[in-house]
Amino acid sequence: MLKFAVRRLLLLVPILLGLSILVFFWIRALPGGPAQALLGERATPETIAQIERQYGLDQPVHVQYWKYLQRTLRFDLGTSVASRRPVTDELAERFPATIELSLAAMIFSVVFGIPLGFIAAKRYGTWLDHSSLVASLIGISIPIFFLAILLKYVFAVKLGLLPTVGRISVLIDLNHPTKFYVLDALLAGDLNALWDVLKHLILPAVALGSIPLAIIARITRAAVLDVQNEDYVRTARAKGLSPREVDERHILRNALLPIMTIIGLQTGLLLSGAVLTETVFAWPGMGTWLVGAIRNRDFPVLQGGILFVALVFVLVNLIVDMAYALANPRIRVS
Amino acid sequence: MHLSRLRIVLPLAALALVLVASGCGGGGSKSSGGGGGTLVFGAEADPVVLDGALVSDGTSIRVLYQIYEGLTALKPGTSEVVPSLATSWKTSADGLSWTFNLREGVKFQDGEPFNADAVCFNFDRWYNFPEAFQNASVSYYWQYGFGGGFAKPAEGAVGPSDSLYKSCEAVDEKTVKLDLNRPSSTVLSTLTLPALSMESPKALQDFGADEGTVDKDGLFRPSGSYGTKHPTGTGPFKFESWTRGDKLVLVRNDDYWGDKAKVEKVIFRPISDNAARLQALQTGEIQGYDLVEPQDADTITGDDTLQLLERPPFNVGYIGFNQSKPPLDKLEVRQAIAHAINRQRVVDSFYGGRGVVAKEFMPKEIFGYADDVVTYDYDPAKSKQLLQKAGLTMPVSLDFWYPTEVSRDYMPDPKRNFEAFAADLNKAGFKVKPHSAPWSPDYTDIIETGKAQVYLIGWIADFADPDNFIGTFFQSPKPEWGFDNAEIQGLLNKAERETDQAKRTSLYQEANRKIMEFLPGLPYVHAKAALAFQSKVEGYVPSPVGVGGESFASVALGD
Repeated sequence: MLKFAVRRLLLLVPILLGLSILVFFWIRALPGGPAQALLGERATPETIAQIERQYGLDQPVHVQYWKYLQRTLRFDLGTSVASRRPVTDELAERFPATIELSLAAMIFSVVFGIPLGFIAAKRYGTWLDHSSLVASLIGISIPIFFLAILLKYVFAVKLGLLPTVGRISVLIDLNHPTKFYVLDALLAGDLNALWDVLKHLILPAVALGSIPLAIIARITRAAVLDVQNEDYVRTARAKGLSPREVDERHILRNALLPIMTIIGLQTGLLLSGAVLTETVFAWPGMGTWLVGAIRNRDFPVLQGGILFVALVFVLVNLIVDMAYALANPRIRVS
Repeated sequence: MHLSRLRIVLPLAALALVLVASGCGGGGSKSSGGGGGTLVFGAEADPVVLDGALVSDGTSIRVLYQIYEGLTALKPGTSEVVPSLATSWKTSADGLSWTFNLREGVKFQDGEPFNADAVCFNFDRWYNFPEAFQNASVSYYWQYGFGGGFAKPAEGAVGPSDSLYKSCEAVDEKTVKLDLNRPSSTVLSTLTLPALSMESPKALQDFGADEGTVDKDGLFRPSGSYGTKHPTGTGPFKFESWTRGDKLVLVRNDDYWGDKAKVEKVIFRPISDNAARLQALQTGEIQGYDLVEPQDADTITGDDTLQLLERPPFNVGYIGFNQSKPPLDKLEVRQAIAHAINRQRVVDSFYGGRGVVAKEFMPKEIFGYADDVVTYDYDPAKSKQLLQKAGLTMPVSLDFWYPTEVSRDYMPDPKRNFEAFAADLNKAGFKVKPHSAPWSPDYTDIIETGKAQVYLIGWIADFADPDNFIGTFFQSPKPEWGFDNAEIQGLLNKAERETDQAKRTSLYQEANRKIMEFLPGLPYVHAKAALAFQSKVEGYVPSPVGVGGESFASVALGD
C-alpha cells in the first residue's frame, strides 16, 4: 500500500513539470500579453516595451521558464499582474471558496444521486426507471451556466427565495478565520449568518452538482442492476435474509465500489465545472480568479493557479484510488 | 419505513424543508440589500488598490472618487471645471506658474489639516516615484494625463527636463504655487483626475503607501497597508472595510466640508459577469451597476422597478485615412469616402439605440465643439463625381482594415461596421479589399506604424479637454495619419498654451472647423454607456468622463 502511494506521488513530478511547460508556453501563445491587457487602448509600443522590460517578458522564453521554475520550487508563485498581490496569497483566499462549493455540490450529488439510482434499479423497467434515465441525460447534457441562469431566474428573480450572487449577504458582518464560511459562521455561533451562508450555497451547489448527480445516479443504477444478479445475492436471499438486509449488506456495499471511483473522478472534474458556475454566481473562488486571469493575461496567476489545480486533481485521484483499494480486498492483494 | 423508500423520501423531504425555510427566513432576498441608508453597487471586480496615484482602471477609480478630491473638479454631468479643494487660481504672464488659493477649514479623514504643505507633499511624491511606479500601468495619468515626469527617470520614462511639472511651493498655509516647465492649459482639466487627488501625507507615511519589494519577475509587491486598509482623503465618504471577493464598505464622512452625503453607507460588491449583475439588480441584492449591455436595455426599461441612466458620450469612433498611401492624399478622394458612407444607418442599427452620429472628432459635451463644421451627407452619386474630378478610374481600390477580438462602446462589433461601410463604398465607385488582425497587439501596432491605408478605430478620452481628443490626434505628425499640416498643428499648439478659457474655446472651435475641411479621417459615432439602477435610487448624475466624475454623495434611496 505504501509503495503504491509513494510510486504515485513520484509520478507527480513529471506530470507537474510537463504541465508547467505546457501552461507556460500556451499562455504566451495567446495574442497580447499582460502589458496590452493592462494598458488597453493606451498601449503604445513604448509603454508596452517599458512594462515588458520591467516584468522580464522581453527575455527569451527559455530564460523566462528557467527563472519561473527556480522560483516555483521555492514555493514562490510570483505576483499577480492585475492585483499586485502574491499569487500564493490569492490562492489561499480563493481555494477555500471553491472547496466549499465543490464539497456542497458533491454532497448534493451523492445524497440525491445514489438513492435515485438505487430506486431506478429496483424499479427496473417501470416509468420511474425510464424517467430517471431521461432526467439524468438532461442533467448531463444541459450546460452548467444555462442551468445556473435558469435556477437563478426561477428561485431568485421570480420566487425571491434564494440569493443569486456571492457567499454571504453584504449586510452581514462575519469574521473569517478559516475562510470556509460555513465553519466561520459555526465558530462565531452566528445562526443567522450560518443560514445566510447556506442559502447562498444552495443554487450554485445544485448547478455544479447537476452533472455528477446524473452520472452517479446512472452508475448506481447500473452497478445495482449488475450486483443484483450476482451469485452471492441469490445465495443471501436463499439463506433467508430480509430484502432490506440483502440490499444493505450485499448489494449496496458491492455496488459502492464502482460508484466510489466515479465520485473520485467527478471530484476532480468539479474543479473545472466550478469555473462556469462561479462566474455566473459571482462566487469568489478559483474559477472566477482564473477566468479573470485569462482576460488580463495575468501570467503568474495562470501559471500558479493552473498548476495548483492540476496538483489537487492528481492528489484527489490518488486518495480515491487508495480508498478504493482499501474497500476492495481483491485489489489489495495485487 | 422500507429502507429503499426512505432513501428517496429523506432527501426530498430535506429539499422541501430547505425551500420552505428559506422562504420563511426573512421573506427571501428581494429588496433586502438596501434598506435605510445603505446603497449596494455591483462593481465589475475588486479595485486594485485605493491609492489614486497608483491606479488607472475604472473599477478602482469609482471607489477612489468617493473618498478623495482634487484641487479642481468637474461640475457633475459636464466637462466644466469648477473649484474644489482650490477655490481660485491665477497664472503668471508667461504661463509657467500657477498659484492656487486653497479652501479653508478642510481636514483629511484622519483629522490632519489640508494645506499647501499637503499639496506639495502629494506632487513631490508623484514626481519622486521610484522605478517600480513609473510604468504606464501604475502612474498613467500622472505621465500621460498631467504630463508629469520623474526626478529619477527609469529607462524610457520622462525626466526633469521634459516633465511638465517642475516644482511646488507652499507660499503660505493656504496658497500653493506650481511651477511648470512649459505653459499648458490642460492643467485645470487634468487636476480633476482622481489620480491627482490629495491624499493625507501623514497616512501615506504612517501606512507605507510607497513601501514594498520588487519580486524576481520585476513586479512590485506593496507591503504597506495604506492602499488596502487606510486610504485617507478629504471626500464625502470614508473607508470602513474591504473583504476581497465579498464587499468594500464606505461610510459617510460627517466632517465633510461640503454637502454631506445623503446615504449612510455605500457597499461595492464585485460581480464580474454582466448577466449576473443584471439578475442581482432584479432581485434587489444590488441597487445599481455600470456598463449595461445594449441587449439588456429593453429588459431594464420594460421593468417598472428599474431605471436606465445614459452617460453623455466621451468617445469617438472613426475611419482613419493614411495620406501617405495614395490616392488618400487627394482631398477629393477623402471627401468621396465621406459622402459614400451612410453613417446614420450604421449608428441606428448597431449601437442598441445608444449611438449618436458624429460630425467631428469630439462629442458636443466637450468645450471647443463647433456646431458649424462642414458636413458630408450621404450621397454616393457625389462620391463618383468627386472621384472623376480627381481624375481617377473607377473602381478605386482601397485597403480597408478592421480589428478582430475586440469590442468597444464606440465599436461593439467592428466586423459589422466594416461590412456595412464596405458595402456602401463598393456602390460608390470604390473597390474595398478587406484586411483584419487581432486587436492586441497586431492591429494597434499595424495602425500606429502607418501600415494601414484606411482603418476602423476610435478613442475613449482620458480627461475632459479637447486637447485629449484632437490634440492627441493631430497636434504632431503621426504615421497613422500620414500628413503634416502646419495650420492645424499651429492652431492646436496655440490652444494648448492659451490660459484664457474663452479664447481657448474659440481656438479649438476653429481647429475643429479646419480639421473637418481637411478631413484626415471620417468620424461616424459617439457612443453612450449606460448604468442601471432600481427606480427608488435618486440623484445619481452620469458624467461624460465616467466613474472619475460620478459621486454617490448626491444619491438618495427614495421609496
